[in-house]
Amino acid sequence: MTYHFNFNFVWRYADKLYWGLVLSLEIALISILIGMVIGLSLALAYTGGNRWIRSAIAAYVEFIRNVPLLLLVYLVFYGIPSAGGFAYDALTSFIATLALYSGAYLVEVFRAGLDAIPKGLIDAGKAVGLTPWQRFIHVRMPTMFRIVLPSLSNVYVSLFKDTSLAYVIAVPELTYGANWIKTNTFRVIEVWIVVWPMYLATCYALIYALRLLERRFSLVRR
Amino acid sequence: MIAYVMGVLPFLWQGLLVTLTVSALVVASSLVTGILCGIGLVYGRWWIAWPIRIYSDILRGTPLIVLIFLIIYGLPLLGVDFGNYGSAVIALTAFKTAHVAEIARGAIQSIHFGQTDAGKAIGLTFRQRLQYVILPQAVRRFLPPWINAVADAVKGSALVSLAGIVDLTLAVQQVIGRTYDPLPMYLLGAAMYFIINYSLSLTSRRLEARFAYIRE
Repeated sequence: MTYHFNFNFVWRYADKLYWGLVLSLEIALISILIGMVIGLSLALAYTGGNRWIRSAIAAYVEFIRNVPLLLLVYLVFYGIPSAGGFAYDALTSFIATLALYSGAYLVEVFRAGLDAIPKGLIDAGKAVGLTPWQRFIHVRMPTMFRIVLPSLSNVYVSLFKDTSLAYVIAVPELTYGANWIKTNTFRVIEVWIVVWPMYLATCYALIYALRLLERRFSLVRR
Repeated sequence: MIAYVMGVLPFLWQGLLVTLTVSALVVASSLVTGILCGIGLVYGRWWIAWPIRIYSDILRGTPLIVLIFLIIYGLPLLGVDFGNYGSAVIALTAFKTAHVAEIARGAIQSIHFGQTDAGKAIGLTFRQRLQYVILPQAVRRFLPPWINAVADAVKGSALVSLAGIVDLTLAVQQVIGRTYDPLPMYLLGAAMYFIINYSLSLTSRRLEARFAYIRE
């Protein structure tokens, strides 16, 4: 007996996939923005901090990097509220998880970026009489962001793929939409055949757009 | 508290064994396929290198969970059925193969082309050049990122719990389903993953430092 493909149900509920994809992109964007704040502050604290601050930051980074994201999602959504006696909705919880997760990766990215600022630039800033704060705002930050931009875009694309885990706590993103159609229409394989290229195309569109951005802001003009 | 942890530990241990088995299967098979694909990427004719490049790019642009579901539901459609466990292992292996191939490609390409030329100059065949010149040097560039990829495979194996396989993550979930006390169990599960992966990443860092003397 051969299987008869029937995509009608997938098209009927296509708006779930479409809005799911939009939500996935939004989740990734908000998470990386919060993650960048976490990452940058911790990277600065690490460079200027004493031994205790450094080991605390290292502990946070190592914990997040060595535990499966799925377990972190559960931990933040089910674990932490159960102990604190409060609750937050699934979307907030997932964004918090992903922000903490990307933050741990971005600490390393920003730390490497801060190290990679050419010393001559900072000296040049001193030579023209900029205060430390002015050097930070006008010399170190713009240079560092240009250096880390490629890493930032990699993290963003990878976060976009990680948003697929949000379906386990019923955040209505793309994979959740796929699962919803699957459980309600039983057109299982059709759904995944449609959703797979959606993820792929979005990933490569993102990569292409971010490459253009990187070229625009690259330190070495070509 | 201690009695409680001791009570659930055997159950978690079963889950941990499944996690370790899945990871070991994935790591071992992706090591073989990945290195072959990596060599194919660097040295293959276009009809070998291009399909591998397309395969690798497609796999790396797919969320792992989507790949797992695609293979679990898609393979039976093609007339083969390995069950959830087999399909999940195949999905994780297919995914890891792409990563290992990129690591292998990077490691091989990082060896200066002068080495190949020198091998040619003394009359080594392609296989001899690979065996005696390129691979022994490339393996030192390959190992540190590969061990990180192993830690990644252990983390990725947590996703098989979503296919109903009782690995460490699902074992933790099931214990919580009985006790309704999520936080300690999740932390315990996280600690178990942490110990495995942190020792792997320490090994990777140590090897990296050990091999750092190799320069151009």
